[in-house]
Amino acid sequence: MTTPDSIIQVRNFTAAYGNVKVIDDISFDVYRGEVFVILGGSGCGKSTMLKHMIGLYEPAGGSIVIEGDDIVTAEGEARRAILRRFGVMYQLGALFGSMTLLQNVRLPLEEYTNIPEEAMNLVALTKLDLVGLKDFAGHMPAEISGGMQKRAAIARAMALDPKILFLDEPSAGLDPITSAELDTLIKRLARTLQITFVIVTHDLPSIYSIADRVIMLDKRVRKIVAVGRPADLRDNSEDPWVRQFFNREAEAAQAS
Amino acid sequence: MVISGALDVATTASIWPQATKFFSETDAKAVEVDADGISYLDGFGAGLLLDIQRRAIPRGIRLTVSGLKPDFQAMLEPFKPEGYATLPSTSKPDAPLVDSVGAAIKALIADLGAFAEFTGEISRALVYAAFHPRTIRWKDVYRTAVVAGADALPVIMLVGFLIGFVMAFQSAIPMRQFGADIFVPTLVGIAMLRELGPIMTAVGLAGRSGAAFAAEIGTMKVNEEVSALVTLGLQPVRFLIVPRIIAAVAMTPFLIVFANVAGLLGGLIVFMSLGYPAGMYFDQLEQSISLNDLLGGLIKGFAFGFVVAAVGCMRGLQTSTGASAVGRSTTSAVVTSIVLVAIGDGIFAIVYYYLGF
Ligand SMILES: Nc1ncnc2c1ncn2[C@@H]1O[C@H](COP(=O)(O)OP(=O)(O)OP(=O)(O)O)[C@@H](O)[C@H]1O
Ligand SMILES: [Mg+2]
Repeated sequence: MTTPDSIIQVRNFTAAYGNVKVIDDISFDVYRGEVFVILGGSGCGKSTMLKHMIGLYEPAGGSIVIEGDDIVTAEGEARRAILRRFGVMYQLGALFGSMTLLQNVRLPLEEYTNIPEEAMNLVALTKLDLVGLKDFAGHMPAEISGGMQKRAAIARAMALDPKILFLDEPSAGLDPITSAELDTLIKRLARTLQITFVIVTHDLPSIYSIADRVIMLDKRVRKIVAVGRPADLRDNSEDPWVRQFFNREAEAAQAS
Repeated sequence: MVISGALDVATTASIWPQATKFFSETDAKAVEVDADGISYLDGFGAGLLLDIQRRAIPRGIRLTVSGLKPDFQAMLEPFKPEGYATLPSTSKPDAPLVDSVGAAIKALIADLGAFAEFTGEISRALVYAAFHPRTIRWKDVYRTAVVAGADALPVIMLVGFLIGFVMAFQSAIPMRQFGADIFVPTLVGIAMLRELGPIMTAVGLAGRSGAAFAAEIGTMKVNEEVSALVTLGLQPVRFLIVPRIIAAVAMTPFLIVFANVAGLLGGLIVFMSLGYPAGMYFDQLEQSISLNDLLGGLIKGFAFGFVVAAVGCMRGLQTSTGASAVGRSTTSAVVTSIVLVAIGDGIFAIVYYYLGF
């Protein structure tokens, strides 16, 4: 499975809360430059998977290798180096409420770089420019809309030029049009900056529009039940449940 | 000018100051940047090139960048150097001292105005509640009273005890030199009953309950729960504030009495350690303090309790959006109510003096 350039390798991964297993021994790869979507029904462990991949939790077993280094075992400086390779947009944005957007984006720059003060402002401003929020640099997070907060959160996640961006439910709480705009932004960033995206979502229109590949987790077996391109899964999957998952939304989309 | 190599975080950090210095000092009319040797470019490198471009504009320097690889060119594409003429600054410039003093005074006056208005609103709600006692949410009153009153007892009594004890101890030493240490009970009694009991209770109430009111109501405001109340047709003042005010005002006199008792007890211990019998302490108290001293303190206490609770609720309702706003409201609830209690205490001192209280 190494023909395409693999940037993240998850191997024999098991996640558990206490002694309740949520994900049981799964393996998959994320390829460089692709938009990779983790999906599945509510409570199947998507957020759990994501939180382990960004190193917030320690898995009950297995390894998660990001660009050659295992985030599970890395410590200290080595761990900091891995953390620098990716940015994360949390489900609710998680912008710091007491700082302006510019200060939010600047914060990682202050922590990790030693470029001149003014240059930090400039770089931070370019990130806001990329997500179309340059004119809102001086606003507080509470003063902008939910969709804008998500975009600002993406700008902050991109502050250090990560190669990988993790997004937790980018379209949650957004109307279809705003959500489509966000999809366009994601596609543009993936194309122009060659960023690899790992996205948790169950918004099917968005999956069809952005995903190169998806994996689908299932709560009952605690495993991956499908891997592939979304359109292929919809049309060709052997698992009736998977086909149903993809088609239900297709029907709903047609109905609306 | 030749820029070459890999432009990433590490390398730009060292080149950046040189580049900006060059552009602020040069008087060349045209600068050609040879970018042919750039082998890698990320957001930081793009930022550097953008910075060079934007610096050239106001100085009238004609800038040409040659040899930049198409891939890197594409990374620069989204940014228009003209749009970056001035960067928003991240820190606010410090206002001159006179201005900030002026602003502070203005804010204080505006605050007093807002508080007066708010007091009016609460009074109306309280009068209404007095005539319609069934509309009061007694469960909330009870719950708040337990937290603001009963739960506050240990700390209030401890502080009261220590104040009485320390006051007696500190005054006993100099008074003894004049053979006046027999008046220690008088000093402790009057000071506790008239001033320290009520004040200390008010400060304690501000720190415990006033802050809690501001935080609770502030959080509800931030979560739009207050808006939800309004749209459900429930007035926040009646629903959230009246119960808290009733509870706080009702509890304050009790707290003051307990603080007084604890303070007098502290004084008693010091007095006895000076070698006097306990009976003498009470004789002295009986001769020097009257019911008026106690009542004066309690009346003050009602007012202080009202001020502290009202300010806490007002700050809660004034909370703007965001989590840090709740913190600000809480702090300012405590500060404002302590200031108002101090001012109020001064007014009471004058009024009591003229009433011969
Ligand atoms: N902190 C936790 N402690 C214990 N159990 C948890 C915890 N977080 C999640 N779980 C459990 O793990 C399972 C997976 O949760 P997770 O949040 O990963 O689901 P999800 O796929 O993200 O669902 P949704 O689409 O609803 O967000 C659920 O059964 C949940 O009850
Ligand atoms: Mg989730």
